[in-house]
Amino acid sequence: MTGELFIDPQRCIGCRACEQACSECPGHGGYSMIHLDDVERRTSVQTAPTVCMHCDEPACASVCPADAIHKGPDGVVHTAMTERCIGCSNCVLACPFGVPKYEVALDLMMKCDLCYDRTSRDLRPMCATVCPSGALFYGMRA
Amino acid sequence: MGHLAAPLDELIAEYGPHLQQEPPGGFAARGAPERKVQTHCCFCGQQCGVTLLVKNEQVVGVEPWEEFPFNQGKLCPKGVKRYLQNNHPDRLRTPLVRSDKGFARISWDEALDQVAERFQRLQARHGRDSVAVLSGASLTNEKAYLMGKFARVALGTRNIDYNGRLCMVAAGAANLKAFGIDRAANPWADIANTDLILVTGSNVSECSPITVDYIWRARDRGAKLIVIDPRLTPIARTADLYLPVRPGRDSALMNAILHAVIRLGGIDQDFIGAHTHGFDAVRDTVARYSPETVECLVGIPAHRITQAATMWTQAPRTMLLHARGIEHHTKGVENVLSCINLVLATGKIGKPGCGYATITGQGNGQGAREHGQRCNQLPGARDIENPEHRRHIAEFWGIPEPELPGKGATAPEIIEMAQRQDIRGLLLLCFNPLVSLPDAAFTRAALERLDCFVAIDFFMSETARHADLILPGSLHEEDEGTVTSTEGRVIRIRQAVEPPGEARRDWQIICDLARRLGKGEYFDFDSPRAIFDELRRASRGGTADYSGISYEKIEQQMGVFWPCPTAEHPGTPRLFEGGRFSHPDGRARFHAVDYRPPAEDINEEYPILLTTGRVVSQFLSGTQTRRIGPLVAQCPEPRAEMHPRLAAQLGVTEGALVRVVSRRGDVTLPALVVATIRPDTIFIPYHWPGEQSANRLTQRAYDPIAKIPEFKVSAVRVERVVA
Repeated sequence: MTGELFIDPQRCIGCRACEQACSECPGHGGYSMIHLDDVERRTSVQTAPTVCMHCDEPACASVCPADAIHKGPDGVVHTAMTERCIGCSNCVLACPFGVPKYEVALDLMMKCDLCYDRTSRDLRPMCATVCPSGALFYGMRA
Repeated sequence: MGHLAAPLDELIAEYGPHLQQEPPGGFAARGAPERKVQTHCCFCGQQCGVTLLVKNEQVVGVEPWEEFPFNQGKLCPKGVKRYLQNNHPDRLRTPLVRSDKGFARISWDEALDQVAERFQRLQARHGRDSVAVLSGASLTNEKAYLMGKFARVALGTRNIDYNGRLCMVAAGAANLKAFGIDRAANPWADIANTDLILVTGSNVSECSPITVDYIWRARDRGAKLIVIDPRLTPIARTADLYLPVRPGRDSALMNAILHAVIRLGGIDQDFIGAHTHGFDAVRDTVARYSPETVECLVGIPAHRITQAATMWTQAPRTMLLHARGIEHHTKGVENVLSCINLVLATGKIGKPGCGYATITGQGNGQGAREHGQRCNQLPGARDIENPEHRRHIAEFWGIPEPELPGKGATAPEIIEMAQRQDIRGLLLLCFNPLVSLPDAAFTRAALERLDCFVAIDFFMSETARHADLILPGSLHEEDEGTVTSTEGRVIRIRQAVEPPGEARRDWQIICDLARRLGKGEYFDFDSPRAIFDELRRASRGGTADYSGISYEKIEQQMGVFWPCPTAEHPGTPRLFEGGRFSHPDGRARFHAVDYRPPAEDINEEYPILLTTGRVVSQFLSGTQTRRIGPLVAQCPEPRAEMHPRLAAQLGVTEGALVRVVSRRGDVTLPALVVATIRPDTIFIPYHWPGEQSANRLTQRAYDPIAKIPEFKVSAVRVERVVA
């Protein structure tokens, strides 16, 4: 399944099912690669989930001195390759969306790979599967 | 039998709540599951389908079950992390008896002998009704049926009630009065196909998140949304019209909307004439509730009320949804009836994409109120005071009708009777009244006066800490059974793993106890399926007729909507088609409702309205969810939510500690200063015990018919805590 992840913050109810589901991933269990922010809690209940945009020209990959981050032919920007990543955190600083995370315990940069374990089996990414409001949607561009 | 068996910190150190963060052995060790079990979430009434992943006879994770039609894989954070309640370090694994130094292990035989002997001794001395049973709406239909039969046949007490008393009873009583049946009128698919959704008193985004998906599916087709709530909830933020009603004024507002609908010529005279009784009295009553008359009372400008009426009138099809926000009141039944009046007067019910539903709160909030664990009810949603219904069930159970006890006390009344020592013994299952009942200080004092208090539970709840005997029961994933979801859809709960240690399935404990009470012949069940088969037959001919439902049929159809009176019957997703209601004459009833003020209104000493409710990451009294680390991290503690204007008056800033004081007690919490709540109202979620408990503030004031407590309106004052 090669779709794209669409975000509609209008529908977001701030429930964090996306974060909780993301943290169930076998590759980064206990950590979410998604973050959800209150936009301005003092005045509104608006929340916004941030997921990896899988950019056409990914900043994380272009700043990587070890060439550890690759964008696949399917458009998915993958987590750093273990054997190459030097844990420098350039990608963490470069990403304008705050997506890559440096995991101290693993000395490895990690990010959303669009649930490659699921999409490769024709399943949607976990976050978009569970999102109860449709704020995260995985599918094809019309 | 009284005070805590050991100091609180020792009990917490031994029995929790502790936080479970990871599956057994950690995420890295999880690997592929050995088997997958398609079942449902153990929490709210939406009853989302989930697939539990099992490895080494432990639940190690969850997968969305995308084929189940209700939620199609969608889950809230509780559904994603519910599996972490399994293999939990706090899990009760052996029977426990109170000793001088906390709780001590005893054998099952000793424990069950003691329970039977002590209950029998109390009943011999103080009468059969001196022993009460309190059960819960998270139980399967099988267990709910069994608890009702156990109380009436094995214990012979009239005093059994359940925690649905804090949940569904106001809606249930009103539905029964108006329609002659107590079930959501429409399947949720009708929400997606309507033109206007009116949500009142329901924070669907946190309390029933999957319903949000249905609402957006309707809006994608152009449907409008009206939300009535004192708080601007996440779904209210996007509404076409948001009415921030003042707590406790719902029936006045609904009367005003109906007043405006009549003024706009929006009523359906043909429907009223052909299918209802009593509209004239309602028309006369709402004539006194013009939007202009009530705008100051309800806190909403008249033109907004009229706008709601205009939208309702113009929409060809509507769906009215409500939940505890209008039901947790001393006029909960009246609030619901005022909503039903609007639906009936406009004939907007019983059609595809057009109808009405109350959103069930607890997992089996629907089924658990149908099969006899409620104080006034017998299986099949029969009336325990109806001579014909009594005869039918007594005969079915094989007991003389005079031996079948009559209507008993409601759950809050049982606690009050314990305080007066009219009740001496208590069997508690699936209920944590110390956290969930109003006026927690009173509840605690009442529990401490019991002569014999027995709790069946899987974790040591705050209430169970006061027990004389604790019997380790079963988690949701450790037993088979059925529940009935918010739609009235009967679905299958599947066992994924065995109960750990010496823990046993709840129904086995109850059947064993019945045998020791000398009533074993009535409880000769070898499986939940055997109990379901008896329940199914007992319900035949009743309103909630399950007689045509089987485990196999549920699996084949992905659930069966009751009533389903024969094996060939497909079930009934939508009620009232063609305007046929369930009263004997087929007509619905209007009920004129005059607004009454709440039991406790604000004054100079207590000038602020307190309303309580839920957060998305916790469930009810938190016995399960306060033990799941990732859910606790999402909302670690309750906060007192208040408007910046109120905060400024009090000199309080975001995060500062405030003391909230009512006539019952006080709590000290950090302030959450947000403009998304009325300036005259504060909100505190109720999932926490002890010094963080919102129910230290709430009052023992009940709806006169349903006896539901007024959780949604208390008068309080708020003080800045000076460090």
